[in-house]
Amino acid sequence: MTSTSVDREPPTPEPASGESASREPVIRELGTLAHRLRLHHPPETPCTCRPPQLLADRPDGTVVRSGPVVAKAHAADIDRDALAARLALASAPTLSGILLAPLTTPGAPDTAGAVPRPVTFWPYGTPVDPRDPDAAPWADAAVLLARLHRTVSPLPLPAPPMRGPVKAARAVARMVGALPGDAEVLPVQAAWHALPAWARGEAAPPAARSGFLCHGDLHLGQLVRHPAPDGPWLLIDVDDAGLGDPAWDLARPAAWYAAGVLAPEDWLLFLDAYRSAGGPAVPAEGDPWPQLDVPARALTVQTAAVALAKCAAEGREPDEMEQLMIDSCARIATFPPELAAGSAS
Amino acid sequence: MMQCPKCHAQMQTYNRNGVQIEQCSGCRGIFLDYGELESLTRLESQWAQQAPPPPPAPQAYPQAAPPAHAPAWGAPQYGQQHGGHYGHRRQKGFGRMLFSS
Repeated sequence: MTSTSVDREPPTPEPASGESASREPVIRELGTLAHRLRLHHPPETPCTCRPPQLLADRPDGTVVRSGPVVAKAHAADIDRDALAARLALASAPTLSGILLAPLTTPGAPDTAGAVPRPVTFWPYGTPVDPRDPDAAPWADAAVLLARLHRTVSPLPLPAPPMRGPVKAARAVARMVGALPGDAEVLPVQAAWHALPAWARGEAAPPAARSGFLCHGDLHLGQLVRHPAPDGPWLLIDVDDAGLGDPAWDLARPAAWYAAGVLAPEDWLLFLDAYRSAGGPAVPAEGDPWPQLDVPARALTVQTAAVALAKCAAEGREPDEMEQLMIDSCARIATFPPELAAGSAS
Repeated sequence: MMQCPKCHAQMQTYNRNGVQIEQCSGCRGIFLDYGELESLTRLESQWAQQAPPPPPAPQAYPQAAPPAHAPAWGAPQYGQQHGGHYGHRRQKGFGRMLFSS
């Protein structure tokens, strides 16, 4: 469920590496499990279902659809207690209409025989159409985030921390590992090291900004219409969700905007909708950048780091958008972070 | 307290890197004493020697006022006019990056 982006383009076959070969049984097993869960399809009736469809395949999220059911295999090393707590959040009545609820019973996620990774089941929802920028649900995404951030107790379980900063740190480590000693990584590293420790996942966020329920990994692949095809938009993928600084959820669009990737009109549509819905991450009026600055720097670094790591793996140069994010890192490294009240560390 | 030579409002004194500058509370104009401009220029050139210049920022959108809020490190493309090559840009920027972590 992490990204349904692959929907728009059939997944490209990976080179026959050991890792890829070892994932094939996982994909087959997920398809079988998802198919078995199709409630309208009793086992004794002849099967006319379309074959399962691979929606995403990464070590931290393999997603297979069979009709109305989606099965997701999570990362093998995922914290299972934290995943259980995040599934409970997604199932909580308080969050219905904001987060897509799983079909999985809350509690410890299942591990299927051939899949040494926890598996969860979800209803299929229609993803954002990547061919239609004018229809991108920027305002809907912002309102969902504002509602999520405004959620107060009682939550079903003590929520784990939001994993945004940890994911950014992982991306930087991945980049450094993929390009040892390469000068290309220097501006990205310089921008990274100028960040406060909490934004690098090395300390708790400032107390005043750490108690909000956050999604933790917002992008346009994290929204679906459910029921498909034209139900309301909902947020999916709770693998990184938890308590943290709500500005983190605005920071990826903010980083795209600051780099010149996202048009100002789309950014303002997103920001204004968030403010109108009473989102607490930024003040209702005036300059939002004192709150956005540090998280947007971190997301810029994360995006540039992932881009450089992918380029190294695929033996190619950064594309135009990736280069904008890398250039943004060079500018970030020359300006010290703005310090918003309460967000210094 | 100084009075602004242009709009006659009160001027307030600020310290920037050890240089006293007077700014008008009305028209926001700035008054520098003898030698202060040279001091600022010197500080600027010291800064420029310390830090290599950032790469040229992309000219993604036509420049126009008023700018939207943006960070100091942002690419200078804000406050674009409606129209222009905006539509083209949006289509082009609407790629894989917006759909992935």
